[in-house]
Parts: sequence; structure tokens; C-alpha cells
Amino acid sequence: MTKEEALYEFLIRLGDNALILGQRLGEWCGKAHQLESDIALTNVALDQIGQARLLLTEAGRIEGKGRTEDDLAYMRGEMDFRNNLLVEQDNGDFAHTIVRQYIFDVFQYHLLKGLQKSSNDFLKAYADKSIKEVTYHRSLSHDWMLRLGDGTELSHQKMQDALDDLWEYTGELFEMTEADDVLIAEGMIPKLSDIKKIWEEEVEATIQEATLKVPDTLGFMAYGSRKGIHSEYLGYILAEMQVLPRSMPDAKW
Amino acid sequence: MDIAEKEKQFQDKIDSGQKIEAKEWVPENYRKQLIRMISQHAHSEIVGMLPEGNWITRAPSLRRKAVLLAKIQDEAGHGLYLYSAAETLGVERGELIDQLITGKAKYSSIFNYPTLTWADIGAIGWLVDGAAIVNQTMLARGSYGPYSRAMVRICKEESFHNRQGYELLYDLAQGTPEQKAMAQDALNRWWWPSIQMLGPSDADSKNSGETMRWRIKVESNDTVRQRFIDRTVPQAEAAGLTIPDPDLKFNEETGHWEIGEIDWTEFYQVIKGYGPCNKKRLRARQEAEHEGEWVREAAKVYAEKQAAKKTKAA
Repeated sequence: MTKEEALYEFLIRLGDNALILGQRLGEWCGKAHQLESDIALTNVALDQIGQARLLLTEAGRIEGKGRTEDDLAYMRGEMDFRNNLLVEQDNGDFAHTIVRQYIFDVFQYHLLKGLQKSSNDFLKAYADKSIKEVTYHRSLSHDWMLRLGDGTELSHQKMQDALDDLWEYTGELFEMTEADDVLIAEGMIPKLSDIKKIWEEEVEATIQEATLKVPDTLGFMAYGSRKGIHSEYLGYILAEMQVLPRSMPDAKW
Repeated sequence: MDIAEKEKQFQDKIDSGQKIEAKEWVPENYRKQLIRMISQHAHSEIVGMLPEGNWITRAPSLRRKAVLLAKIQDEAGHGLYLYSAAETLGVERGELIDQLITGKAKYSSIFNYPTLTWADIGAIGWLVDGAAIVNQTMLARGSYGPYSRAMVRICKEESFHNRQGYELLYDLAQGTPEQKAMAQDALNRWWWPSIQMLGPSDADSKNSGETMRWRIKVESNDTVRQRFIDRTVPQAEAAGLTIPDPDLKFNEETGHWEIGEIDWTEFYQVIKGYGPCNKKRLRARQEAEHEGEWVREAAKVYAEKQAAKKTKAA
């Protein structure tokens, strides 16, 4: 695997995470329990779409086949997507959305912290820019973890259900491939295994503070996205997202 | 000072062009009219998020998706801002939202029309926001300080949306034949509702007399409507699109575009609840409120627990 191939894979992984999570959060528009949260969720969606644009544009440049951010977002099939299974899971209720978001925010935050030290100019600049956004995302979802976990009996139960549903998707956030090895050797990216330790410590502390329990999945974790094997949700997400450019391939928008 | 005297002073102040500020004495009907207008406006921003939100997941490029998300976020911000302006008149946001979801309060009936194609997103920005800007620029000169200042700020953002919407539709109109047809169809469906959105003709507008005497509104519906028509017709021509009105003509003498007869029957039907999406829009707002009840309750209980902990610690 060349350095360029490894970098393309890494950029696509990050870009697809941002894109699919942004897409999911966009579904919340007009549906939140109060205007402030509607604005906050749209804001996070907008940040993620913005990040996806940067990352996919750079991925296209590194690939060198002339593909733009839109070619990559709209003209790839689901097996070419490399987003984690976590971000494609459905919104569910607000508890599910918050748990998914918090798990991802802490992961993304520490990944960006690591990328701020990258030897790659793009990755470093991307991390420096995005860390500000993600710091806000993490504080927003953290606060809701506490509010809902330690709120009413009902909200507590909904949060525990959401954690139980989503926990099995946390494992593959940290799965490393050959691409990671190549880029780590170049000093471009941090080791996901190192991030996993920090992530576990932080997330488990919050779960405890929110009076919730870390789920026991009997050791089961879902895997697949690194090889393009997704959950049933992704096909529908792409069908909806890609419908216009796919049905009118000659059109510019 | 008796009521008649207070009312006279109030009217004098308005006639001299001064702004009325929060907590000043105002006639009860002035307060009622303003709450009605500001809350209708706030509700329109919130309900207006729905037809646009309908296309977030299907926006055909990432740039357009980001622009649409940002626009809808602005609308939600306008809603918040306007509810706050209404609160300066002594009414709670919760009460106003309750009026919306129980169907007691009105919102701009244009949002009861569906967004069927991507071009509709352009049409809303260009036509609906365009009509809103013309109306709100007028309202920004109104007598109630908090509302008129809200209008100034909102108009700035709306102008941005208006240009983005026009650009979207303009680009479609220069695109493939299929895209051009999409743009023309959107104009066909949104033109008349946008014209009607500026309110009944002066002769039939039941609220206009009082609201103009108090300078809540400073121009009539028909005057504002004419301004919207005059600025929009040339824009349609520049994009190569046809306004769906066979009677449309330019009057050289007055310098104004004259439109054909407005079908007010449809307007009143939609206002009374019989438009294509009235039930769907209301249901969406009701569901958001009801499904969010446990979240609001949890946030409240959590805040109480935190406050109790603080008191205990102190």
C-alpha cells in the first residue's frame, strides 16, 4: 500500500463519518423538543457537512483521478463508504441521538487532538480548524448525557436503552488497518489504540456521573465498515442523499 | 391621568415618529395586535422550517446542503428572536407555542404548500423570502422598538437567503432541459401564493386600519405587494423564466408591473385549514412538542436537582 493509498483511505474514513453523521442530524430539523436544541443539532450537522467537504475534497486530490467532493459523496455505492457503523445508526429518540453523538464527539475530539500534531499539512490544518467545533459538540452532548441520565426515571431508562443499543458499535471506531500502519510510520496520524484508552476513561466517567451503566455486550462488537460492510441503514441513507445527482447525471447543481 | 388622555399621549408619540419601548404603557389593543403579529411571524419562521427541512437530506450537492442547513438554522434563530420580542409584551413563549399547536394561532399560509422538487427550495428563497423582505423592511419602520429592531436584523439574513434562492433557481434555469422545466414549474406553483402571502387587498384587510394608525404597519398590503412584483418580474426575465400570469403587463405611465386577478378563494381556503399541507405541518409541530415532553421534563428535574445540591453545599 502506498502512502497516497493509505492517506486516501484515511481521509475517506473521516470524511464519510462527517458526511453520514451530518446527514443523520439533518433529519432532526424541525423535530427537536425546543428551538434551542433544533438550532444546536442543525449547527452540529452543518459543522460535520463542512468537515466532510474539506476531507472529501482532499481525498479526491490525493486520489488524483479528478473526483470532487460531490463525486465522492453522490456517486459511490455503499460498499465504497468507510464511515463507522455508529454514525449511520438511526436517530431513534433524542436519547439515542445524544448517546450516538457523545460517543462520537469524544472519539472525534481526541482524534483531532492527535491530528494537530500530524506531519501532514492538510491533516494538521483540518484538525486545528475543526477542534473548535468539536469541542463545542462534545460539551453539548456531554451536558445532555448528564441531564437525561440523571433527570427523570423515564429519561434515565431511555438513556440506558440507548447505551445498550449503541455500545456494540464503539469497538470498530478504533480498528486499525494497513493504512493506519503506513500513516503512523509517517507521523501523520495517532494510534487509534492510544485514543481508545483516553476515550474509554472519559466516556466511562461520564456514564457514571450520569448515573448510567456501561453495557455488557458479552464481548460482542460489530465490525465491518473498514471493508465496506455496513448495517442495513446505509443503503437507505445513500438512496435518499444521492437521488438527484444519480437520476440526472449530466446536471450541475 | 385617565385612559383617554393616556391614549392621546400614546398616539402623539407615535405620530411624532418615536418608538414605543418594552414596559411602556400601551393601549390594550395595541398590545394584542402586536402579540398577534409578532407571534404569527415567529410561528411562520418555525413552520417554515418544515418545507425546507424536507430537502436537507436530498440536497444535490454538499455546498447546497450546507447552505440549506445554515438557512434553516437562521429561520429557527428568527423564531427565537421573535418569541423574545413577543415576551416583552408580557406573554410567554410556551403559551404562544401552545396556541400554535392547538391550531388557535395562524402562521403564514404559504408554508402549507408542499416542496415537491429541489427547485422549490430556490423558489422559497427567491419568492417567499423576497416577499417577506419587502414586508419586513416596511415593518422595520414600525412603532414598536423591539419588533422593528428584530425586523432590521432578520431582513439582513433574509436578503442573503433571497440571493441564494434566486441563484439556485437561476442556475437550474440555465441547466439541462429537465432542470429548466423544474425551475419553471416551481415558479408556476409558488408565484401566486407569494403574491397572496402579502395579505388581503386593502379593501378586505380587517386589521389594517388600526395597525396603520398605530404605525405597527406603515404601508398597506397592496403597496407592499406592488413593490414585490416590481422587483421580482425583471428577475424572472433575467433568469429566462416566465411569470405564470397571461395578464401581466408593464404600465409605462405608472412605471409599475400590473398583474391579473388574484384568486382569493384559494387564499381563504388555505387560511381556513384547507391547503395541501395544513394538517401535515400542524401535526409535525404537535409531534415535536409531544415527543419532546420527556426531554423538557428531564432537563427541568435535572436543573432542580443541581440547584438543590448547590443549596445543600452552601
